[in-house]
Amino acid sequence: MAEEATGGLQIHPMDQFIVKPLFGGDAIHWYTPTNVTLWMAISVLCVVLLLVIGTRGRAIVPSRIQSVAELAYGFVYKMVEDVAGKDGLRYFPYIMTLFIFIVFANFLGLIPTAFTTTSHIAVTATMALGVFFFVTVLGFVKHGASFLRLFWIDQAPLVLRPILAIIEIISYFVRPVSHSIRLAGNMMAGHAVIKVFAGFAGVLGVGAVFPLAAITAVYALETLVAFIQAYVFAILTCVYLRDALHPHH
Amino acid sequence: MATETQVAEGAAHAAEQVGMPQLDFATFPNQIFWLVVTLVVIYFVLSRIALPRIGAVLAERQGTISNDIATAEELKLQAQEAERAYQKALADARAEAQRIVAATKAEIKADLDAATAKADAEIGARSAEAEKQIAEIRAGALQSVTEVAKATALDVVAAMGFRADPTVVDAVVDAKLKG
Repeated sequence: MAEEATGGLQIHPMDQFIVKPLFGGDAIHWYTPTNVTLWMAISVLCVVLLLVIGTRGRAIVPSRIQSVAELAYGFVYKMVEDVAGKDGLRYFPYIMTLFIFIVFANFLGLIPTAFTTTSHIAVTATMALGVFFFVTVLGFVKHGASFLRLFWIDQAPLVLRPILAIIEIISYFVRPVSHSIRLAGNMMAGHAVIKVFAGFAGVLGVGAVFPLAAITAVYALETLVAFIQAYVFAILTCVYLRDALHPHH
Repeated sequence: MATETQVAEGAAHAAEQVGMPQLDFATFPNQIFWLVVTLVVIYFVLSRIALPRIGAVLAERQGTISNDIATAEELKLQAQEAERAYQKALADARAEAQRIVAATKAEIKADLDAATAKADAEIGARSAEAEKQIAEIRAGALQSVTEVAKATALDVVAAMGFRADPTVVDAVVDAKLKG
């Protein structure tokens, strides 16, 4: 690797996404503790710190951390209620789990040298497919075969309905793809861009101020994106949940 | 040899990861496993501890706030009630005061009337008595005048050298006095 380093501009923007075993070795089995494990554990720790330790006081007049925890709770609760409806509130803990995990994974990934678990399609696709199968099964359990009327749009003219049904079915099955790639893509792109600028900064000497300014700007944007993508993931989950609970438009 | 193979291995590894590590399917089971573990842990932490607790705190706060508002409302009503009672008491007191003033006035007037009447009566009595005395005095005076006149007439007649009959003189004097 030393030879490569001498070869001038060496930028490895994707190296930050490599999954490595924590305790040496090359083999990555399904159970191997890796940097994925480490950063997911840290996000669990943060969740516990914020939502359990932070609310330990159960104060009527909340402390700062408790009000942040209450804010997060209220934010997701209201989102579920507004988007999925009152009967969607039964699934509030699931959506809260997804949202709070993605928020922490995204923000922890912004720490320099950190590993961003949500930048991996394996992670986001697992969550998106989980949501997809959950709402599909839920739809059929709640409504039986009449769940299929989700694809049969009564308001449209009869001639158009079969065509719309095909489009609706395709879009239904594309959901997990867009749902997962949106999050992973956003995370990956932002971090890779920062890394590319960082690579420039390494070889430009005094001129490094420009890439550094760019890094600052992109970092600010990424901070916003980290929250927005978690929000988008959660709100789309609510939308899909609403479709499962109320398939008749 | 050993270093060579290591370098070769490293190169192969590097080459393998020139693309996106995201598409290195060998790491998928590992990531998915740890993700599921993470999500399950977070789910249990949230559903068993965090969410019920925060929900309870929010509900309790809501309850406290509505209680406080209700209490404030009640206190306000009580204050209004108290003000009404105060106003009523004030009005009652005014009416009572007026009533007392009127009663006192009436009493004083009655007393005054009685005193006036009594005084009038006394004045009447006194003046009647005075008149009576005056009448007596006048009657007394007339009598005396008659007697003096009779005596004087007798004396005058006697002085003139006549002897007069006193009964005649009396009759003449009476006639003169009547005249």
